[in-house]
Amino acid sequence: MANAGSGALAAAYGAFRRWPVLPVSVILILLLAAVFAPLVAPHHPLDGDLTARTTPPVWASEGTWKYPLGTDHVGRDILSRTIYGARVSFQVAAAVLLAGVGIGTAVGLAAGYLGGVVDEILMRLVDFIFAMPFIVIALVAAVIWGPSLWLVIILLVLFTWAPFARQIRAEAIQIKSADYVALARVAGASGVRIAFRHILPGVVPTILVLASLQVGFLIITESVLSFLGVGIPPPQPSWGNIVADGRNYIATAWWITFFPGIAISLVVFSMNFFGDWLRDKLDPRLRQI
Amino acid sequence: MRRLIVRRLAASALVLLGLTTTVFALSHATGDPRYLYISPYKKYTPGEWEAQGKELGLDKPLVVQYGLWLANALRGDFGDSVKTKQNSLDAIREKLPATLQLSGIAIAFSIIVGVPLGVLSAVNRGTVWDYLGRSFALLGQSVPTFWIALVLIWVFSVELGLLPTSRKGDWQHFVLPVAVLGWFPAAGLLRLTRSSMLEVLDSEYMKLAKAKGVSSWSVIWRHGFRNAIIAPLTYAIVMLASFLTGTVVVETVFAWPGIGRLAVTAALDTDFPLITGLALVFGAIFLLCSFAADVLYGILDPRIRYG
Repeated sequence: MANAGSGALAAAYGAFRRWPVLPVSVILILLLAAVFAPLVAPHHPLDGDLTARTTPPVWASEGTWKYPLGTDHVGRDILSRTIYGARVSFQVAAAVLLAGVGIGTAVGLAAGYLGGVVDEILMRLVDFIFAMPFIVIALVAAVIWGPSLWLVIILLVLFTWAPFARQIRAEAIQIKSADYVALARVAGASGVRIAFRHILPGVVPTILVLASLQVGFLIITESVLSFLGVGIPPPQPSWGNIVADGRNYIATAWWITFFPGIAISLVVFSMNFFGDWLRDKLDPRLRQI
Repeated sequence: MRRLIVRRLAASALVLLGLTTTVFALSHATGDPRYLYISPYKKYTPGEWEAQGKELGLDKPLVVQYGLWLANALRGDFGDSVKTKQNSLDAIREKLPATLQLSGIAIAFSIIVGVPLGVLSAVNRGTVWDYLGRSFALLGQSVPTFWIALVLIWVFSVELGLLPTSRKGDWQHFVLPVAVLGWFPAAGLLRLTRSSMLEVLDSEYMKLAKAKGVSSWSVIWRHGFRNAIIAPLTYAIVMLASFLTGTVVVETVFAWPGIGRLAVTAALDTDFPLITGLALVFGAIFLLCSFAADVLYGILDPRIRYG
């Protein structure tokens, strides 16, 4: 019945089910492609060959290996543009997470640890952010300042710190009443030291889980803004604005729209899957999120 | 109950006031707000420039300007659209019904699909049904709305020729926009109903009901579902924000004549008076819905009324 071969296969299958192998590889491959875009991409993302407009992907009868995923309406390579688009997506996600987690953690710790009036004011601010319709603010801001990469990042930071602050505050309050915090206080530790050395480490798992679940949302939101024309301004390729380019050619050149969308879906799906896994591993209490 | 309603209503009013302040502050953020109210393509005489300044009250202190602007906004006067010269509120009122119609159907669709599938997933945990349901949800939360909309247009309208590509019309025009708009909230509802239902299924009173010999249909729906539905409902508030974004995106892709598409057009035309009006209308709808969700939650779960 069970021989050595199927045993190894079963072990591999077991590892495959226990660890998020596929999602993590997808993210790593796209991340590497984004970092080394100039080396990986076969063409420059902005240089179009007008004689090769709307070339279909390589497996179509008119396709060529020169443009594996085809070209857009001005003859730019879709594969290269999608690779460079990954750069924008990861840049935005990284910058927003860094700033959003920083602000959210600081606010959450301050509110949870200090309590009182500070807590009241900060949490009302968080409520206010939650009550703001994001897309509308984004559109108004785009009218006033004009779309840009920085505007996208600032807008997303503005809305990202709040969920972190709320969750971290709740946990900080819990940890604050732990015996080891009381001991630290008796031992004469300062408030800042208690907040950073004794409470912060306790909320790190929460931060990691929330951050990994936020990445997908950030990437989708950036692509939505770029698709609507109020995100990353063309010609710089972002997944959202490549899809927007393809919109008018959906009947004749589906590949312009199709591939960047696959890239978004793959990354977001992998990130959500990984986030779910991390949550179950580190902090099952967060299951509601 | 009354205390809850009054408190939530006051909070909503405060947030709306905050939103107006934000928009007003933004209009002054780049210098002379006159530039936002006039067409960049037209030459103005100094007289007209002065008159525009008077109309906005620029000769008065900032607080008075805000008061004037707020009074106008509360009366529904956000100024005329820079592009079309039409009154902003009239333009919004014209497009609002199409949006409400589409959103209403999409919300109904997401509830009809998401909630029963969530229960089905939970009750048949670990079976094919569960995996199918969860895959549907994970896909719905990972695939960008604007892209799936275009792919569906490509498949069903261009290749198969079954459904219209865009605009509003008979029932066939609703199929794709409703499916696309409803998928994301359906996915969220499915996941939440499932996890909440799993928790309830594990509880003592469910075991008691089963031990008493109550039929499994009655156990699931009468004893389990009623308690499980509360958690997804609270989350509806969070989902509302993404639903709003969804409306804007879906209307844009399907050329749906609603206020979502109007907002994008206004943004691309840098039409400040129109986008301001839309921001406040969207904000008000958003707050009204989350207020309704809060109150409904209070009715369903007596514990939070006294929170």
